Amino acid sequence: IKTADNFKEKIENVMYMGSFDDDFFDELEETLILSDLGAHTSVKVTEALRTKIIETRSKSKEEVVGFLKEILIEMVAIETKEMQNPTIILVVGVNGVGKTTTIAKLSERYKKQGKKVIIAAADTFRAAAVEQLDEWAKRVGVDIIKSSTGADPSSVVYDAIGAAKARKADILICDTAGRLHNKVNLMNELQKISKTISREGGDFTIHNLIVLDATTGQNAINQAKVFHECVEISGIVLTKLDGTAKGGIAISIIDEMQIPIEYVGIGEKSEDLIDFDPKKFVDLLFE
Amino acid sequence: MIFEGLNEKFQNIFAQLKRKGKLNEKDIQEVNREIKMALLEADVNFKVVKQFTKNIGERAIGQEVLSSLTPGQQFIKIVKDEMTTLLGGEIERMDFVQGRQNVYMMVGLQGAGKTTTAAKIANLLKKEKKFKPLLVACDVYRPAAIKQLEILGAELKIDVYSEHDVKDPIGIAKRGLQKSTEEHYDLVIFDTAGRLQIDEALMDELVKIKETINPTEILLTVDGMTGQESVNVANEFNRLLDISGVILTKMDGDTRGGAALSITYTIGKAIKYIGTGEKLTDIELFYPDRMASRILGMGDVLSFIDKA
Ligand SMILES: Nc1nc2c(ncn2[C@@H]2O[C@H](COP(=O)(O)OP(=O)(O)OP(=O)(O)O)[C@@H](O)[C@H]2O)c(=O)[nH]1
Ligand SMILES: Nc1nc2c(ncn2[C@@H]2O[C@H](COP(=O)(O)OP(=O)(O)OP(=O)(O)O)[C@@H](O)[C@H]2O)c(=O)[nH]1
Ligand SMILES: [Mg+2]
Ligand SMILES: [Mg+2]
Repeated sequence: IKTADNFKEKIENVMYMGSFDDDFFDELEETLILSDLGAHTSVKVTEALRTKIIETRSKSKEEVVGFLKEILIEMVAIETKEMQNPTIILVVGVNGVGKTTTIAKLSERYKKQGKKVIIAAADTFRAAAVEQLDEWAKRVGVDIIKSSTGADPSSVVYDAIGAAKARKADILICDTAGRLHNKVNLMNELQKISKTISREGGDFTIHNLIVLDATTGQNAINQAKVFHECVEISGIVLTKLDGTAKGGIAISIIDEMQIPIEYVGIGEKSEDLIDFDPKKFVDLLFE
Repeated sequence: MIFEGLNEKFQNIFAQLKRKGKLNEKDIQEVNREIKMALLEADVNFKVVKQFTKNIGERAIGQEVLSSLTPGQQFIKIVKDEMTTLLGGEIERMDFVQGRQNVYMMVGLQGAGKTTTAAKIANLLKKEKKFKPLLVACDVYRPAAIKQLEILGAELKIDVYSEHDVKDPIGIAKRGLQKSTEEHYDLVIFDTAGRLQIDEALMDELVKIKETINPTEILLTVDGMTGQESVNVANEFNRLLDISGVILTKMDGDTRGGAALSITYTIGKAIKYIGTGEKLTDIELFYPDRMASRILGMGDVLSFIDKA
């Protein structure tokens, strides 16, 4: 992953300034913003580092970089829960972030772990969304429950839960149509899907995943907040980290919302999904 | 949003400045910091913000900002004017000529909205300018990408050229163009697969498609919610393809859309349309002045300034 030539260079430049004065902290703050951390979190990180430097009276660049990493790692290291059997995973997010592809990736991963996976094509809106997921189901080799375009997504999910129970599936993953979080009627529709899951889910643990695109800027924070209000998000998947985007926005989202990133998407193939590792994620910023 | 009160902040700062009577460098710095933060929160690229605030600062000193009765508004007006100019000033229309074969090519990152936008443009120009459009499906990678374009075409009663089970986008492009020439389509729009600007093989494929079809418009489709990355994307696509314009999608969301300023500032190419929804009629001309207000988060202030 090429997260960050820029960040590294920038940090080196900042550190090169030698003395840890106001100019240094200003520069650092800018560097963090440059990585999409957002003004709010950047200020917070900078202030934490300032405190640490004052406490330790450190004058060593290496040490200060170490402090900075520690602060960032601590910020993003949130414990993720072990996946239960059986679980229903509802995948949500705005348009085009990578929901459907992520479902293919998750299916492959769980299938490899020996779990029985079923996927539900509850994006009945976008042109060829069902065909897209269907194609993935064939490639990965998992069952799919689908209906025609224009069908009620809640009813697809309802049918899928029935199938998951009948076939004793370990994991049911539901795709949903991309929707912008400021569209009230679409968010209501999502809530209805979520209610169907709570009502019909039975023994299934419910896990609501939001997919965020690493290329997105500050708007990802609004996305996370509003989707969370709608369906109570329990995990994040950060996609497209194979690009040059730094995914820095994730740091501020975790910081503000205390929801863990579980997986990271690093390509368009079904195997291009890795676990989120806070230390690696932060290290990559500095590599 | 933290910066919704940008206008108020300006008023406060300027009220203080006014008491002092004269602007010094430090005052300008303070004001610039507010603008800087507002722009960064709107996802305007960092380097662009730096240069822009510098220019604004220089311009503001030379102006009669302080002697004005409303220096805050005067200053915001300068900022907004500058930004509008940068964003192109006037509406820039698509390059289309009646009676000739107009060849458009959609390019951009994964999921930006290329396929949807291709259909929207075909529909728009068919309805408004009476073109006879053909859509060509050159995305052989994404599952059901061809099907997606076919469904959109069917919905709009617009023809689609596609080849299933052929993994050669350049060949498909060539044959699509051939069909369009032979059957006298005067607008042919090529949908291409999404790709990262650092993916050399796939970027090279785009260059080859370009050489094959010789497009009159190469439209970089950019997600309006893009962050600091927009500049890297625009730079690289433009360097390799010399794009002719930009389309900003998903502007029906609540993004401030700073990518708009970042891109035009960096590559100097106009934004021609914005996508404002998933429906195939959700496309609008790009208005630089409205965009400037949106980036600055001051839509509500606008009418006020107009009166000033
Ligand atoms: N480079 C890269 N591309 C990705 C990744 N994940 C998804 N994509 C691509 O992003 C595009 C959109 O992916 P989808 O899975 O269709 O996204 P979606 O969120 O389901 O989209 P909608 O259903 O239209 O809202 C496709 O071209 C995918 O191949 C990733 O991790 N890296
Ligand atoms: N809300 C909204 N959604 C849009 C807009 N334009 C496109 N979309 C949605 O964004 C998602 C991706 O659009 P596509 O047209 O498939 O994007 P693409 O660039 O062709 O994607 P790839 O081919 O995978 O690279 C779909 O869910 C579209 O419905 C827009 O202006 N507003
Ligand atoms: Mg999808
Ligand atoms: Mg497409």
